[in-house]
Amino acid sequence: MTELTDLTIAQARDLLRNRKISAAELAEAHVAAVEGARALNAFVEETPQSARAMAKAADARLANGTAGPLEGIPLGVKDLFCTRDVRTTAASRILENFVPTYESTVTSNLWRDGAVMLGKLNNDEFAMGSSNETSFFGPVVSPWRRKGSNQDIVPGGSSGGSAAAVAARLCLGATGTDTGGSIRQPAAYSGIVGIKPTYGRCSRWGIVAFASSLDQAGPFARTVTDAAILLRSMAGHDPKDTTSVDRAVPDYEAAVGRSIKGMKVGIPKEYRVDGMGADVEALWQRGADWLKESGAEIVAVSLPHTRYALPAYYIVAPAEASSNLARYDGVRYGLREPGRDVIDMYEHTRAAGFGKEVRRRIMIGTYVLSAGYYDAYYLRAQKVRTLIKRDFEQCFAQGVAAILTPTTPSAAFAVGEKSSADPVEMYLNDVFTVTVNMAGLPGLSVPGGLDASGLPLGLQLIGQPFEEETLFALASVIERAAGAFTPEPWWSASGQA
Amino acid sequence: MSVDADTVRRIAHLARIAVAEDEISHLQGELNAILAFVEQLAAVDVANVEPMTSVTPMAMKKRPDVVTDGEIAEQVLRNAPATQDGFFLVPKVVE
Repeated sequence: MTELTDLTIAQARDLLRNRKISAAELAEAHVAAVEGARALNAFVEETPQSARAMAKAADARLANGTAGPLEGIPLGVKDLFCTRDVRTTAASRILENFVPTYESTVTSNLWRDGAVMLGKLNNDEFAMGSSNETSFFGPVVSPWRRKGSNQDIVPGGSSGGSAAAVAARLCLGATGTDTGGSIRQPAAYSGIVGIKPTYGRCSRWGIVAFASSLDQAGPFARTVTDAAILLRSMAGHDPKDTTSVDRAVPDYEAAVGRSIKGMKVGIPKEYRVDGMGADVEALWQRGADWLKESGAEIVAVSLPHTRYALPAYYIVAPAEASSNLARYDGVRYGLREPGRDVIDMYEHTRAAGFGKEVRRRIMIGTYVLSAGYYDAYYLRAQKVRTLIKRDFEQCFAQGVAAILTPTTPSAAFAVGEKSSADPVEMYLNDVFTVTVNMAGLPGLSVPGGLDASGLPLGLQLIGQPFEEETLFALASVIERAAGAFTPEPWWSASGQA
Repeated sequence: MSVDADTVRRIAHLARIAVAEDEISHLQGELNAILAFVEQLAAVDVANVEPMTSVTPMAMKKRPDVVTDGEIAEQVLRNAPATQDGFFLVPKVVE
């Protein structure tokens, strides 16, 4: 039999239901894998005791016929989701000792359906980053390495711990959040599947807020089917989030393998940017060919405001962040540094508690919202956002069911490689993914192949609002054609992951 | 538009983040790099374009204005750095 950690969620589910394996042994195999992979720094908090207790309860429900859809499935949780009585830090010093007294809606839904928690996963501080290097707990190391090299590679970000843990077979799936690409970009860099659903599909309640009009939760998994299984449990209406949509959650798994015959898939010419690698360009063409061979109609489309999405994002996201992060004041929770008076206490607490990328974004956000600059920056960016969304609407109005793009302009880079004085260099990683958040659309990244150095590349599918099923159907065609990609387990002493 | 050293100090104070004097010029450079990058938005014609205020077209949901939660002072205070007699404790505000 294959290693328990190599199973997909769908396989594990069937084996658990047929009592071929127990939730306890599945949890134990993953707890050991997590302990053996500390070199990756993917987890900021391991919770083996809750994993064992939850697995035991899962086995009881599997035995008495009350098993939920995810019964006994071991998952990791991005440390941006509040988990009751389990430290939740957003990978920031300011929340280093924060222990929530409540559970986020998305994780509640997963536990309701029987999933087992292995621990909390590292991420960029407050989800601000594209390489997981801004974490207070240090960078996550990708399980992937370039051929013939032992240099550490970034897993992408901000959900870098989630992507690394799933790719390295430390958990069967994981939660992530995506504000500008934080699920899709690390999924692409790590050779796995990640989906950011439509804004409003998953509740944001209990997730540490970054930019509220852009943030959305979604799953990471090693197969399209597994991502579909997880999303079905995570999604759903929540009265505690006013932007959560009251709309039935489809059986996403049923969409996997569905025919794509006659489906119109758009290729936007504006995504052919300078600096795009030849490997990426070739993969994009291959992706279009695979869809065409399965009956899809490939059409050229235009999204003329694409190039303005990233600059508009770097106004909107910091503006919302500066407002959201005002709550960290050293009074109600988190770090407090002493000061002469209350203002001095605030200023020293926030200077000590936030890392430099977070401080920089709060300051940019404060500036663009300040008197005299609001119209020139923030209001203009919100108008540009309308234009970006309109581009997509016009495209969909022509009968386009989904849009195919590369997820990133290149494969992952080395840890420390992009730490120049110009923060914009890092921001360019998200050039193909931010448009989707700006328009509130669903976007999925599926592995497409490896670049010349042996690192994974992803293809992104962008869909109409609430048409995640279309993305699952198209992605499963790409998955079938491209195959799966597994890193060599160099991090594990025994050579087994 | 670009920011000078005084503006950086003013923004830092507005954001309630203490910034040491020797960090100012570095921070000024980084903020100006970001501002130069977003400058390209000035080229977009936004005449007669409404700003986006709602991501998905939906009416704001309402609920009856009744108490649905509460009586959990101990939980609310549990993560506070300093408390006394069921209150958050802060440095003296009024002399």
